[in-house]
Amino acid sequence: MPKTDQFLTGAEVAVQAAMDAGAGAMYGYPITPTTEIFSGWIKRGNKYLQTEDEIAAGFAICGAVLAGQKAFTATAGPGHILMQDSLSMAEGMRLPFVTIVGQRGGPSSGTVIYSQQEVFLACFGGNGEGFRIVYSPSGLEELYSLTRKAFNSAWKYRFPTFVLTDGYTLKMRGIVNLENTTKNIDAYPLVPEGKNVHLPNIYTFEEDLNKVIKDAQADFNKFAKEIVESAEYQTKDAEILLIAHGIVAASATEAIDEARKKGIKVGMFRPITLRPFDAKKLNSIAGQKKLKKIAVIESSAGQLERLVKENMDPENILSIRGVQFPALGIETQDIINFINNVSS
Amino acid sequence: MSIGTEILHFIQNDKKYMTYVPAKFCPGCGYPIILMLLGKLLAEKKLDPKAVLGLDIGCSLLAINSLPINTFHTHHGRVTPTMMGFKRARPNSICIGLTGDGGGYAIGLQSLMHAARRDEPITIFLINNSVYAMTGGQTAPTTLKNQKTDTNPDGSKEEPFFGLELLKNVVKNGSFLARTAVNDPKQLQEFLAKAIETQQAGHFALVEILSFCPTNWKTWGQSTIDFLNNLKKEFKMGEVK
Repeated sequence: MPKTDQFLTGAEVAVQAAMDAGAGAMYGYPITPTTEIFSGWIKRGNKYLQTEDEIAAGFAICGAVLAGQKAFTATAGPGHILMQDSLSMAEGMRLPFVTIVGQRGGPSSGTVIYSQQEVFLACFGGNGEGFRIVYSPSGLEELYSLTRKAFNSAWKYRFPTFVLTDGYTLKMRGIVNLENTTKNIDAYPLVPEGKNVHLPNIYTFEEDLNKVIKDAQADFNKFAKEIVESAEYQTKDAEILLIAHGIVAASATEAIDEARKKGIKVGMFRPITLRPFDAKKLNSIAGQKKLKKIAVIESSAGQLERLVKENMDPENILSIRGVQFPALGIETQDIINFINNVSS
Repeated sequence: MSIGTEILHFIQNDKKYMTYVPAKFCPGCGYPIILMLLGKLLAEKKLDPKAVLGLDIGCSLLAINSLPINTFHTHHGRVTPTMMGFKRARPNSICIGLTGDGGGYAIGLQSLMHAARRDEPITIFLINNSVYAMTGGQTAPTTLKNQKTDTNPDGSKEEPFFGLELLKNVVKNGSFLARTAVNDPKQLQEFLAKAIETQQAGHFALVEILSFCPTNWKTWGQSTIDFLNNLKKEFKMGEVK
């Protein structure tokens, strides 16, 4: 498909990405702010089922991927919590389960459009070890490319895979060039006809489960090098380093441009995969001699900051400052105000 | 020799239909009877390559690798939506869910009811032994009034729950709902076959099978048979729909 300008919402972009990725079915339950992904998918004539709850949607996906179909869901907040039941099975049985999460305010029913509070739930939800792949797109075009990538990573590496976005991103409309150049990885049956496979997720002996976890951990650590992604902006001479992900990073980019006009040397590290996390790149930037301050900016009370700290070399941790707007949108001006405060 | 032990004896001498792995079910459990008859049915109908047996969590999980067909575990109460997703993705498969009374009628009832309402072409075999057996004999939706359990040591205060009679009101024409017992192997075989045929015809089927649990009933020999026969008086046997 040639590259053309389109005027699309985030939800429409996500639907296009899932279709281009070759997804065969969507199972879902309406919840704001991801309902438009579901209804948009349906309106374009794709296979779907609206289930009785997110639990059924999630397990239907488990069944579908066992049969060899690329199936996915989109959910948020309380629905994301219910989805963890099946996501835990997907983690335990290494099922290529793709979830688009539109983060909304929490805890509980919270607010319905926006937050960055589902980072831990996506990365570490369930009663396992967090062997999941979590992409955090910043902007509509990246929402497309990372959703495409999520399907490929899920089927290549066989870990539950998330596109962790938010209602602002899904509901905003913008001009996009969707580059459909990614080659799809084909789905294949995990339970092939007549093969007598027996796939457990519950074990009699501690040693058996221990081996399953160790194998998954070894694979996760091995594949992490291929999966991990991050971006940096204006970091070379930076004295102040901002760390942000998703839509907040878009505000931060604008704020950096403004601050640079006044001669303030500020840059940004942006994790694109929150799990696995690009610790190597983070530490190479955080260890730069000129750097004086590091600020983690997020619409949460410190979920990204905790991820950053666990991945950061000890000598850099003390200089981290959290700039937290839990469940609040962060505008460019908010970040400019912060930069002005710390640089004065 | 009781009917149950006769069948168990038969199973031990029939290598065609079951995979020989170390015995996992308790002595006197009814599950192996059902599995052997299911294995026999699938082999006779030559459906074994297309058959997929999904297992709920509870005693049903022990059935993994017990038949020479594809098997996998799901979660407690979640076998119905999992098999639904499998069947929709691969419509020519024979999708069978094996669950207990707790998994089917308590934690998984919502999914079971909606799968029945939508007439999903899957087959659920629900084993009713009137208790949560794997966790040590707690009250189930199917526990009889005054039956003593781990969580109702003075006897259950509630009337038992009749799942088939509830689902009768939501299923579509062509679906199959029936109740039988492991000590009636003739009817059990008939209903297993009819449930699979119902799926092949594109409809939902649920067979509730009353089964032995001497471990949690704290019965032995004849008293186990007596307990099951008493359950058969409380739960109406035969085709419900």
